[in-house]
Amino acid sequence: MPLTVLVFLPAFAGLLGLLLPANRAHYARWVALAGSLVALALSIVMFFDFETGGGFQFVERAAWIDVGVFDIQYFLAVDGLSLPLVVLTTFLTTAAVLVSFSIEHRPRAYFACLMVLSTAVLGVFTAMDFLLFFLFWELELFPMYLLISVWGSGRREYSAMKFVLYTVTGSAFMLVAILALAFSAGTFDMQVLGESSISSAVLPLRWVFLFLFIGFAVKLPIVPLHTWLPDAHSDAPTAVSVMLAGVLLKMGGYAIIRTCVTILPDQANDYGIWLAAIGSISVLYGAFVTFRQTDVKRLIAYSSVSHMGLVLLGIGALGTTAMVGAAYQMLAHGLITGMLFVVIGLMYERTHTREIGKLGGLARQMPLIATGLVFAGFASVGLPALAGFVAEVTVFLGAFQKHEWAVIMAIFGVVLSAGYILWTLQRVVFGPVRHEWDEVDDQKHWWEHASVVGLAALVILLGVYPSLIMDMLDPAIGVVSARVAG
Amino acid sequence: MTELFAAATGEVPGISEAVLWAIIVAPLAAFAAITLYVRHLPRIAGYLSITAIAASFVLSLITLVDVLGAGGGVAIHSYEWFQAGPVEFALGVRIDGLTAVMLVVVSSVSLLVQVYSQGYMEGDPGYGRYYAYMSLFITAMLGLVLADNLFMLFIFWELVGLSSYLLIGFWFHKPSAAAAAKKAFIVTRIGDLGLLAAILLIWTRHETFAIHEIHDLVISGALAGTTLTLFGLGLFAGAVGKSAQFPLHVWLPDAMEGPTPVSALIHAATMVAAGVYLMARFFPVIEASPNALDTVGWIGAATVIVGASLALVQTDLKRVLAYSTISQLGYMMLALGVFGYAVAVFHLFTHAFFKALLFLGSGSVNHSTNTFDMRRMGGLRTVMPITFWTFLIGTLSLSGVFPLAGFWSKDEILLEAWVNDRALYVVAAVASFVTALYMFRAIFMTFFGEYKGGEPVDHEDEDSHFHGDPAHPHESSWVMTVPLLVLTAGAIAAGWWGWGKEFQHFVDAAVPEGVLHKAPNFSYWIAITSSIIAVAGIGTAWAIYHRRLISAADIRKTAFPIAAVLERKFFLDDLYERAFAINVFQRGWNRLVEQFDTLAVDGAVNGTGWVGQQSSRVLRHAQTGQVQLYGAGIAAGVFIVAIIVFIANPL
Repeated sequence: MPLTVLVFLPAFAGLLGLLLPANRAHYARWVALAGSLVALALSIVMFFDFETGGGFQFVERAAWIDVGVFDIQYFLAVDGLSLPLVVLTTFLTTAAVLVSFSIEHRPRAYFACLMVLSTAVLGVFTAMDFLLFFLFWELELFPMYLLISVWGSGRREYSAMKFVLYTVTGSAFMLVAILALAFSAGTFDMQVLGESSISSAVLPLRWVFLFLFIGFAVKLPIVPLHTWLPDAHSDAPTAVSVMLAGVLLKMGGYAIIRTCVTILPDQANDYGIWLAAIGSISVLYGAFVTFRQTDVKRLIAYSSVSHMGLVLLGIGALGTTAMVGAAYQMLAHGLITGMLFVVIGLMYERTHTREIGKLGGLARQMPLIATGLVFAGFASVGLPALAGFVAEVTVFLGAFQKHEWAVIMAIFGVVLSAGYILWTLQRVVFGPVRHEWDEVDDQKHWWEHASVVGLAALVILLGVYPSLIMDMLDPAIGVVSARVAG
Repeated sequence: MTELFAAATGEVPGISEAVLWAIIVAPLAAFAAITLYVRHLPRIAGYLSITAIAASFVLSLITLVDVLGAGGGVAIHSYEWFQAGPVEFALGVRIDGLTAVMLVVVSSVSLLVQVYSQGYMEGDPGYGRYYAYMSLFITAMLGLVLADNLFMLFIFWELVGLSSYLLIGFWFHKPSAAAAAKKAFIVTRIGDLGLLAAILLIWTRHETFAIHEIHDLVISGALAGTTLTLFGLGLFAGAVGKSAQFPLHVWLPDAMEGPTPVSALIHAATMVAAGVYLMARFFPVIEASPNALDTVGWIGAATVIVGASLALVQTDLKRVLAYSTISQLGYMMLALGVFGYAVAVFHLFTHAFFKALLFLGSGSVNHSTNTFDMRRMGGLRTVMPITFWTFLIGTLSLSGVFPLAGFWSKDEILLEAWVNDRALYVVAAVASFVTALYMFRAIFMTFFGEYKGGEPVDHEDEDSHFHGDPAHPHESSWVMTVPLLVLTAGAIAAGWWGWGKEFQHFVDAAVPEGVLHKAPNFSYWIAITSSIIAVAGIGTAWAIYHRRLISAADIRKTAFPIAAVLERKFFLDDLYERAFAINVFQRGWNRLVEQFDTLAVDGAVNGTGWVGQQSSRVLRHAQTGQVQLYGAGIAAGVFIVAIIVFIANPL
């Protein structure tokens, strides 16, 4: 029961907000906040109730659609891999609600979309029936499309459509693969699939692996399937960027570990080196293109391509350490990039520009926001005692043994990220004061403080106390890497 | 937490583990408290920070005394931090002679700098922030020297980088400061790549980060050959960045953009000392690989030459000192390259005192003239007597004049070089002439001759916190002169610890027995030669810059190509920044990748969309809604399929 409540609570709160009368529309934010806070509290309780190393827990299973050979189930469960991602999602949902607190345009519909989005992502992380998983995966598209095209800026229709078409194309491949697997194994149950050894299917298994991978790689994203991301980010409202970078991209990395690697370990062994290579290329390629960006949000979007490349590098190495590192990188990147988008959103609300050339010297006029940006920037650079460092180093250490050259390429990303982040800081917050920004105020509302401080606190927590998460990830990933090792 | 390792060799220092952790935690707590609570109460922030570092200093002294009593034995306390798969990360402290010396150097210089800053930073709007960053800086450096394993050392190593970034860019509204901070971080991070690679290598091959285990691996011969050399060179790459060795020295002169006390700290006790410390810490690794040893020695020599020659042509007092630091760091690496492990640490130790003294002295001069440009100074000898005399003693010590601190450590470097590598001896000896020359050039330009008026105060500049009147220079207040006097005592006497090889035996005990080369005995011949060289340098400076027997302009004219190269800093900044970073990297390569991304990758995506749109536009015409047409189409289709089937399966 708790998992069902957790998954559907955000959507429920969002839809409840829709029922508010028009003259009370701005109360929708409070309803959304209450819903996200309860979901957050519930997920934290589950986090501490979880028995580490105890496999799948909080299982909820019910027969759903029974069509002869298949019995499609309503099957939710979490293990050490998905539970941290669930907490990340509820946490970032709360942050996204907080940064949307001043929204004026159609607040009821806005919060309904945002909260349904949260439910869809939670569903992806908890569904253990492959078809249910797919439904949640697709459910995420509707609110995202609306959020970008209605509340976005710039070429918002183009970006929203690009996002949808890209994902749907990936989903087509994914669906073929899911059906092929289900026809061969006779079940959609991901837990069963992940424990049985499938030796043949209606399609060659390497195609199944590839199709699944394409569907997820679009989400991650990898080079060259990444160009929807900068467009979506630059035209999306702040909260959507937070959700997109923070949790939506993680659906890709999570799904690769949960399905590609777990269900098809032999194929994973065969293609691991390719994953690692694509990961390393994404790290470098993303970094090079980041250097050329002049829009702060596009810049962070390309840096995400670079940082998510590390996730794929870690997965491609297939060892426990490397995949734990990859999972940790997903959490770290979710928090850090989420924070970057929150801070940039605060800046944009005040200056109404994201062009680096028009900004500068903001450390004087908005010291708190500037501090937030410097903090998040250094977290993104991988500074020790912050979450990103632990993740990067774990990926590198885990992957070095297996793919020496891929790691040697990828560690150059460490210098490149320092380059583009510090250069951005120099141009945006440092340098001489620009008097056109004299009148703008600093971060001042409680909801702004709460989201920035909350994110920063977690980034530090994950940086100094990694065992909190590592001890949970380790056994869950250990099962996967043991399957791959045969 | 479980204690992983608590063993020791020889006589164990009995110092309580809690004391060692407290040394790190005290300034860290000050940093946290200032950042969270008292950022807007500058006075309290200052006192808090000074109290914390004073506590660290006292505890460091107690530790030193204790380790001295134990003859330099080793004690380690290590705890598990976290685990990812089979990889274990630990946090631990290690105390031995090397660490004890470093603790005292770092905490004493930091304490004096902090006190001095009370005067120097007075009235600055960022006063509270300043003390917060300084506390973080000192925490990072203390953690670095106490770390018992390479991974933890790397963490503090990076935190040193962060704090230096924040402090160099302290006056972030100045574009030059923001640029210098960025440059320092990125250039040192290029070196850190090597360090990171070394960390990956040592775990992958030998599954350990612990310093004592790495030492044991070298002694047992398990860590040898290519792995050993690569590991050593990776560590050295990190040191090249942090300790400003050629060719990554370019960040250090620009780091002058920070407040002067920060420069004193960076140049004397923190930051640049970290690289030399790292090399000393892993000296058994370097020593076991002849290739690594040669690389260290010759990179050191190149740095000595580059630093000393560039110091000759600077007109900014702080930049003279900056290049002098580069050159002296080169001496330390050179010493390591000729088996002089203890000697390098000894020079680090003495250098900390006289270099901190010189920087704080230059800050004192700046405080009364509002400039660092030596061409606007002169004649300050009489109006700033304390600053002058302390600066002079610091300069004599740096030049290696008997019996000051610098004499003893530099003499031992020359001795080791003479015994082990004559070519390196020649480099070191020539450079010591140049050292005396450029330092006394600075002395004569700053303190002798006529006063040239300093830099007028710009009252429009709201960020300036200059109080005095440059037209009438004055001696600085006691909070600034007392630290100068204390450091002068160090600059005179710190070298005497080396008498009878006392210092050497103490630091040698930090390395497992039987690894180190035997140090050569004191040689009067070397000592006398080096003294003559130093005096010759001073005399030359006196002739050119004081008595003007030889015209500096004439020298410049005769040696025109050399002077031009020196004034362009060997064109290295042009090469790195203009040629590489801006043109090749940003405008060339990155732009190419970006164009590829926009035109090819995203172009393909949009192209697919375009093809879809166009084809639907064409195909739309088929959807006429006329049943006859559809029927004809179906019939045609059936006919075509039938033909295909017929061809494929002839009757």
